[in-house]
Amino acid sequence: MTTAYDVERGDQVHPGNPVTVDRYTTGARINHWITATCLILLALSGLALFHPSLFFLTGLFGDGQNTRAIHPWIGVVLFFSFAGLFIRFWKANLWRREDGTWMARLHDVLTGNEEKLPEVGKYNAGQKVVFWSMSILIITLIVSGFVIWDQYFSEYSTIPQKRVAVLVHALAAVAIICVWIVHVYAAIWVRGTIGAMTRGKVTGGWAWRHHRKWLRELVGGKKA
Amino acid sequence: MFQPIANPTTKPVAPKFGDKDLIRRSASNITPAAQRQPEVAKLIDVSKCIGCKACQVACLEWNNLVEEVGINVGVYDNPHDLTPNTWTLMRYSEYQNPESGNLEWLIRKDGCMHCEDPGCLKACPAPGAIVQYSNGIVDFVHDNCIGCGYCVKGCPFNIPRISKVDNKAYKCSLCVDRVAVGQGPACQKACPTQAIVFGTKDEMKKWADFRIKDLKSRGFKNAGLYDPPGVSGTHVMYVLQHADKPQIYANLANNPSISPVVEIWKGVTKYAGLAAMGAFVAIGFLHHIIAGPNRVSAEDEKNAEKLTEGKA
Repeated sequence: MTTAYDVERGDQVHPGNPVTVDRYTTGARINHWITATCLILLALSGLALFHPSLFFLTGLFGDGQNTRAIHPWIGVVLFFSFAGLFIRFWKANLWRREDGTWMARLHDVLTGNEEKLPEVGKYNAGQKVVFWSMSILIITLIVSGFVIWDQYFSEYSTIPQKRVAVLVHALAAVAIICVWIVHVYAAIWVRGTIGAMTRGKVTGGWAWRHHRKWLRELVGGKKA
Repeated sequence: MFQPIANPTTKPVAPKFGDKDLIRRSASNITPAAQRQPEVAKLIDVSKCIGCKACQVACLEWNNLVEEVGINVGVYDNPHDLTPNTWTLMRYSEYQNPESGNLEWLIRKDGCMHCEDPGCLKACPAPGAIVQYSNGIVDFVHDNCIGCGYCVKGCPFNIPRISKVDNKAYKCSLCVDRVAVGQGPACQKACPTQAIVFGTKDEMKKWADFRIKDLKSRGFKNAGLYDPPGVSGTHVMYVLQHADKPQIYANLANNPSISPVVEIWKGVTKYAGLAAMGAFVAIGFLHHIIAGPNRVSAEDEKNAEKLTEGKA
């Protein structure tokens, strides 16, 4: 059986009424939700130290000292957890010719004119941008985070380097929270999506509407 | 000789300033004290320092600090750097004066400069962990400190140190507890040569003028006061024999100011960052209201069935 670049392990079509399509394995879903939990905890603890009006969020972690101490450790967990997602998903997120067309017709995407869009594989260009943005920003955050993790690593960098790192960390954090908002909003806006990450399944109609190339590949692959 | 501060009475004295006299409080919006107390200052006359380290000992004594026994690496500086316990440190520099050919032993008492515009306080994210009194003293309130080390990044003089024991930041308090009851800092009290004097900032500037005139008359034509304008002046000032070259005094900052990186981080980033996140959420809401949800139609499901049946 030959599989297309964007067909991931466990992806499978179940004919019926309605057709269901397996999109994420149990492992991928657990991996995703560990990452999601870490990201939310990091955003809350990070924002607490980012703006004084949000300092009260330290209460969620006990107090300021605890928040300061735990934030980098959650970051380490997220880094490894996301690395798992990266290994699972990177190949299907490689940029394809149709992605450029899809991006150029972003207006049609947002207005729901999907018939004007090219057929796309498991991920559309928007999802790919989210994936690669997350990847780059998480690397930026972990590297800059180590430079300002003074409890253990203060002697490995100079104060001017730490100043740059803390600014880069703040900017990257703002960016990743914005990317996260896009990610969550897209999942809510495109109805039928969230089931992919909860029960692991989507309907055939969802796959036909949003990822027709992927559906065709799955159906075709089955035959072969 | 500068008139020494009289010894205290044996009766308790009420503090002359407290929380009502704050002009800045980290990560907080406060109304600055309506009336400023006279600004105080410590004047360190490097030309009078004999390097006895009595100030270092007095600082440890008064603040109940114990420094670890270190190792000698062949310099007089002991310990080798400021630490969470060593809030003031004599730094010894050997300087060969190119004009006179003399070897000069420049001994600078390093420690918090109590900036009028404190970078540590600007950087601090913990409400009330760093405060500035109207007399100019910048103090760390350890109960509120979260140990993040942002003050280290904010400080233009590389002064705060984070304790590995309790994860809190430490630095010279200008003996805020002594000053509150009309005394001078412990280091000043212990100095045997009046290389350290303490009083109002105006008094100190006047005394510094007198000392600078004296130094100039002895051939130190660049003698001057170190009260850097980049941080709006400091409440610890130096009289330097070579005020044109502060860097020869163990790398004393030449024209220090809060780093622009820190200003961007604590200024525009803070507000633009929150605005950006808010804008993304708002755009999401608006889009959902205008465009509505993107639903899968019955036709889509039928097409999927056709596709699977046709090929299965």
